[in-house]
Amino acid sequence: MPTKLEPTAEQIRDEKIYAQMGMTTEEFEMAVKLLGRLPNYTETGLFSSMWSEHCSYKSSKPVLRKFPTEGPQVLMGPGEGAGIVDIGDNQAVVFKMESHNSPSAIEPYEGAATGVGGVLRDVFSMGAQPIAAVNSLRFGELDNDRDRYLFEEAVAGIAGYGNTIGIPTVAGEIQFDPSYAGKPLVNAMAIGLLNHEDIQRGLAAGVGNTVMYVGAKTGRDGIHGATSSSEEISDDPGKERAPVQAGDPFTEKLLMDACLELVKSDALIGIQDMGAAGLTSSSAEMASKAGFGIEMNLDLVPQRDEDMTAYEMMLSESQERMLIVVQKGREQEVIDLFAKYDLEAVSIGHVTEDKMLRLLHKGEVVAEVSADALAEDAPVYNKPSSEPAYFRQFQEMEQQEPEVDDYAETLVSLLKQPTIASKEWVYSQFDHQARTNTVVAPGSDAAVVRVRGTEKGLAITADCNSRYIYLDPETGGKIAVAEAARNIVCSGGKPLAITDCLNFGSPDNPEIFWQLEKSADGISAACLALDAPVISGNVSLYNERGGKPVYPTPTIGMVGLVENLEHATTQEAKAAGDFVYLIGETKTEFGGSELQKMLNGGKISGKAPAIDLEVEASRQESVLSAIRQGIVQSAHDVAEGGVAVALAEKVFGTGLGADVQIEGSAVTALFSETQSRFIVTVKPEDAGRFEELVADAVKIGEVTQAERLVIRDADGSPLIDQDVPALESAWKGAIPCLVNSEG
Amino acid sequence: MKFAVIQFPGSSCDLDLYHAVKDVLGEEAEYVHHHETDLSAYDAILLPGGASYGDAVRAGALARTTPVMDAVIRAAEAGKPVLGVGNGFQVLTEAGLLPGAFLKNRDQKFICRTVKVQVVNNRTMFTSEYTEGEELDIPVAHGEGNFYCDEETYGQLKENNQIVFVYADGNPNGSVGDIAGLVSEKGNVLGMMPHPERAAESILGSEDGLNVFKSIVKEWRESHANQA
Repeated sequence: MPTKLEPTAEQIRDEKIYAQMGMTTEEFEMAVKLLGRLPNYTETGLFSSMWSEHCSYKSSKPVLRKFPTEGPQVLMGPGEGAGIVDIGDNQAVVFKMESHNSPSAIEPYEGAATGVGGVLRDVFSMGAQPIAAVNSLRFGELDNDRDRYLFEEAVAGIAGYGNTIGIPTVAGEIQFDPSYAGKPLVNAMAIGLLNHEDIQRGLAAGVGNTVMYVGAKTGRDGIHGATSSSEEISDDPGKERAPVQAGDPFTEKLLMDACLELVKSDALIGIQDMGAAGLTSSSAEMASKAGFGIEMNLDLVPQRDEDMTAYEMMLSESQERMLIVVQKGREQEVIDLFAKYDLEAVSIGHVTEDKMLRLLHKGEVVAEVSADALAEDAPVYNKPSSEPAYFRQFQEMEQQEPEVDDYAETLVSLLKQPTIASKEWVYSQFDHQARTNTVVAPGSDAAVVRVRGTEKGLAITADCNSRYIYLDPETGGKIAVAEAARNIVCSGGKPLAITDCLNFGSPDNPEIFWQLEKSADGISAACLALDAPVISGNVSLYNERGGKPVYPTPTIGMVGLVENLEHATTQEAKAAGDFVYLIGETKTEFGGSELQKMLNGGKISGKAPAIDLEVEASRQESVLSAIRQGIVQSAHDVAEGGVAVALAEKVFGTGLGADVQIEGSAVTALFSETQSRFIVTVKPEDAGRFEELVADAVKIGEVTQAERLVIRDADGSPLIDQDVPALESAWKGAIPCLVNSEG
Repeated sequence: MKFAVIQFPGSSCDLDLYHAVKDVLGEEAEYVHHHETDLSAYDAILLPGGASYGDAVRAGALARTTPVMDAVIRAAEAGKPVLGVGNGFQVLTEAGLLPGAFLKNRDQKFICRTVKVQVVNNRTMFTSEYTEGEELDIPVAHGEGNFYCDEETYGQLKENNQIVFVYADGNPNGSVGDIAGLVSEKGNVLGMMPHPERAAESILGSEDGLNVFKSIVKEWRESHANQA
């Protein structure tokens, strides 16, 4: 294969070749100024990838600055591979959520699989043993082949990677909406555990220390992935052949085990995943963060494809690779360590004093750029923001109760909505028990994973109702965090911190930028109110197709601490005769609700449900304190579909039923999505203590031996009186039925 | 009693077995690297579940070629208890220590859930702590758990009482004869698809698998007491 002819520096300028790499003319001129000359082809590639939205957060930085990132529990906030929170006993939990949306829209199996692989590397590069994985997924309605294919393959990709590497996928959430048709969101989260002294950082420090490359070889896959993930999905079939990386969980498993042994060695100075923009971002960021430079000889980079150019090697996003810096003279120890895992560790360069990223290839210097210019000096845009007309219109609408003729039939229809329906079809494909620490498996409000050797557990969840956020981003942002925290509390945990994955359309559209800003305001307010700072995150913009953006979807991943595993609580009712309590009053709030969407052919309008963060915080505190005192048998938050759906979910799989009585207008009482509500069950002998602890709890009925769900109005006449197994079979069968349908 | 937990390249659930034996049962356990060729220091050999070699080619096919497998075969010939769980069962069939082979699950999808497993033979060194006919709650987690053998082999397995566990409440993967676990003709090699090490603590949902390990320990103690 002949050496490819690359355009000259002049051609890059004159023919605006930088624009093909996603750079604007202003950005190119900035790069020229920083460099003091025209960049060559490789250098233009370095700038364009490092200054892509994915790597630089140039559009979202002003928004991200709003997030509260501090707290006594925070050991490391945003900026490294993943954030770290203290959990006592010299232990800490490390976590991060990351998007892999654009590769998953093209090649869903590999896109989703490599999403899992990438976020696991973020966690073990911090020195932490990954202990659990979580995902948050969005797809179009399952009424067409393409979206069914994207759904099935993305799920299979997550399973294929996570199951093979042996990290359990313990929790997740999935929603379906036409706004995600053909542009799925695949967000993967990983959680790891470490001792304080093992915390690592991505630093290239100490002049003369050796830069080593470990893991899989570099190929031509994923070149310019960081840039293409910062663009709208194209409908041009030619362009859709964008490069997607393939995952190899076997190599990742070896790499993970080797890296976790390496972090115990004092020969290691710094370690970073080669994620988006691969070798470029890892080297430039490690040098810049440490205040040093790096010189690398690209001839030494292990290569899978022949005749790769410097540009291709630097921009490749081949998976399962790490860049490490080790003490000079101790390279052999590292080589030997990796050899035990059948992996190569190769010295490819060294740390320099001059703060430059200098690349040699075939005896020539092919790039010489300031590491800070790449990693730190990307432009920051304060994008224009404007309130969309729809928002004002929705805010002016009164809350309306939808008309419902048959309550029971409506409940059955709601249970069959794929967003509400059982996700067993999905999570039964995930190994959720590997490592034998999963105390609460998928299907409850949050997963609970044991911290082996202690009495503690970690409660883990992901949440985001994007319909509320579309209607009212600030309120919706608050709800996303509050609901995640509610799930943690229902499982017996106290929220520690969050990671976020901000999935939006194009920030160049002022109305979308407004959604981003406002939802970040809401998230920040809720994080402060609920004492759960943001410790890591990821931004995915340009989630659009044919000019149509996805609903604004700032996914929240939250981890909470279960002080004692005896507090671990599930949503299912436990015994006949237990009292059923509803906590929190119910108002007529149907904007963005599942019922509204279902009755209006997928369309939503009006105000999102209101939320008072003070009420939310105090209610969560009282519920958690009752759980910790051992007087709550089961706890579940009231979410999509309202009280009727929440009650049904509480009795599914238990062989029990419930008989309850509700007040007020039937449609509101059954299906409204008012926030800050819980349904719990309590043993009769604990009722007095429980009512003292949780002031706004109202006893609405009892768990019954008879497998019927009976919901009565204030006069005692049944609004709904249904056989539980029949309801459960509708709820369980919905997703398999949609997946297997045709057309 | 000292257990070896074999680590093949990429073995992903070695920890689960190690923990069940060492921390739950309180017996001695050590990880043994796939380059090892001598297992004489161990009283029982455990082949872990999960994946090995990323399940490339066929689950278990590459692990079978590692040096440690010759030692495993020698240990089996010497009558030591050898237990393969999930991927370990696949390795045992690949190595010819147990008959049959594995296909992809009937529904072509990975499956992870707790299933009902019935003990059909409690007269083995792995099941003596169970009662015959006892039904157990034990999780499965596999993509290639569909056990296959021809009719003649199936007939022999039945005749020799080699079938130890069957799926009792629905066959999750399409296995011939609902087979969930079987022993070698001599009875000292057990392969099972359900994961007893994942059903060894009530906090994780079930303790029904623990008696597999307790049986091994009890049988070993009794046979060594007799020798002494």
